[in-house]
Amino acid sequence: MKLTINNLSFGYAGVSILKNIDLNVEIGELIAIVGPNGSGKSTLLKCMNRILKTKPNSILINDQDTSKLSIKELSKLMGYVPQTSVSAFPFTVFDVVMMGRKPYVHWSIGERDNGIVFQMMTLLGIDHLAMRQFSELSGGEQQKVIIARALAQQPQILLLDEPTSSLDIKHQLEILCILKGLTQSKGHAVIVSIHDLNLASRFCDKLFMLKQGSIYAMGTPEEVLTAKNIDAVYGIKADVSISTTGKPIVIPVVNDFADFTSKISFFFEEKEELKI
Amino acid sequence: MTTSTVDLKKLYSKDKKKKILVIFSIFLALIVTILISLSFGASSPRLSEALTVIFSKTFPFLNIGSASPLSETIIWTIRLPRIVLAIIAGAGLATAGATMQGILRNPLVSSYILGISSAAGFGAALAIVFGVSIATFAGYLVIGNAFIFCLIAMVIVYSIARIRGMSSESVILAGVAVGFLFSALLSLIQYIAPERNAVTAIVFWLMGGLYTASWQNILICLPIVAIAMILMMTQAWNINVLSMGEDVAVSLGVNSKRILSINMILETVATASIISFTGIIGFVDLIAPHISRMLIGNDHRYLIPCSALMGALMLLGADTVARLIIMPTELPVGIVTSLIGVPFFIYLLIHKRRHRFS
Repeated sequence: MKLTINNLSFGYAGVSILKNIDLNVEIGELIAIVGPNGSGKSTLLKCMNRILKTKPNSILINDQDTSKLSIKELSKLMGYVPQTSVSAFPFTVFDVVMMGRKPYVHWSIGERDNGIVFQMMTLLGIDHLAMRQFSELSGGEQQKVIIARALAQQPQILLLDEPTSSLDIKHQLEILCILKGLTQSKGHAVIVSIHDLNLASRFCDKLFMLKQGSIYAMGTPEEVLTAKNIDAVYGIKADVSISTTGKPIVIPVVNDFADFTSKISFFFEEKEELKI
Repeated sequence: MTTSTVDLKKLYSKDKKKKILVIFSIFLALIVTILISLSFGASSPRLSEALTVIFSKTFPFLNIGSASPLSETIIWTIRLPRIVLAIIAGAGLATAGATMQGILRNPLVSSYILGISSAAGFGAALAIVFGVSIATFAGYLVIGNAFIFCLIAMVIVYSIARIRGMSSESVILAGVAVGFLFSALLSLIQYIAPERNAVTAIVFWLMGGLYTASWQNILICLPIVAIAMILMMTQAWNINVLSMGEDVAVSLGVNSKRILSINMILETVATASIISFTGIIGFVDLIAPHISRMLIGNDHRYLIPCSALMGALMLLGADTVARLIIMPTELPVGIVTSLIGVPFFIYLLIHKRRHRFS
């Protein structure tokens, strides 16, 4: 099982978002896609999942062109967890996870489908929430429900769009540990887009750093997370050191607050004058 | 607090049984309402006589004996067709409303969202005032024209939405715009209509009602609505998945644009073939699905059948009240549906906030 992206370019209405992306993911790998806002992380995930249509032969699974697969066939190979999940109507947790069986069932749910749904809920530790309303859960619980739904698709590749960005540090770790576990023991390939460079460094096997729609750097956390790369991609100064885990750790450095301070104080002074 | 899988399965099957029980209760209520509706009216025949007529007509070989010819006429050609039409119309409109709410992910959507109520009104008015009809099937001038204009509205909405990429917002906006266009044209016709009688006839048609019920009409209406309803019910899973958003639907293997197109057609055909005969019957299509959502939850596999029964129950109940309340004349059914339905709906709205069904 491997996912290959071959010279992928994508744009909306003439505005180019992704440029000549080449990427290889093997089974058992946890991959992070990092980069500034607007660098194309979410778009890349949506292209992989064919939510956005791309040119033929740009995305291959086991050397097979995914544009030749029906979206139903693809949904059995690939699960997708969006950045936020809002349901138009309230559903129970069980119903939401059961939606993951959609590629396999047309109308009636079999014992096997029930079994898989129960199994995935137990795996993610949300079985006690089964009959609760999805919309009433906390952000961390909702994220687990949606991951359980994606796993109920029995995919080999799991795509997650910023799965940790609205979670506290404990839930962030929990989600990433689950994803790590999936890659190590269950033989999934997991691709996450993520803003937190330290989490990416701690958990991911490989990082792809995007800059304006192109891959600027790729490799292990040590190779990608260097002060030079971070300056080039994000335009900020950062200290990169090695933590006790042996992984690089990134601390942003701002040497000079003076510029902002003068700007802000100027703005407030003007307001005061206006009041008088 | 962890629950074992066995408990979980019990909990789940209990939930499922509860849903089936709700559907069955509504079904029973519908049967009772049918019997009440059969046995009361401006003239005499009561339940026993009514049942004799129905059984002797449907199973002539049983030799049950027969009721008086007068009773037979009242039951068989007046009350029963009207009951059947109420059930078809209520069920069809509520099914269309429930699926469109689900697919467009908007609780304010009714089965008239594609502008078809105004279009049907315009088509009917055109036929009433000028005697002009695009489609004249023998004697079905007004009905045929109302139906055709529903389809025209749908095609316009579809074409606009298609250019805008078939998103649910574009369908709703195009539907509202087309609805306003046809309602302006309808006003224009009423304004320039040469005869006062014609204007009265238009207003009467727009109010809607089941007084046109006849076996002949039912024979045309029933097969179309029944087939459309069955096809809409097969969309239940797709609609469930779509309510989590179009991107998620695609990632679960559901082609959201195709589902939207298919359901626009099904919904229009079902609604159009009902309102062409009955005029604009509102409210049921919006509220019956909502009452059902509160009673049974949002799994469309249960919700759509439940809405269909609820719509049939509401419309038949309202029509029975409308027939009986100021005998020997009757109120327009639309007035009664709102007067009874709204307080009930508001009660559920307030009540369910505290005691949420799980």
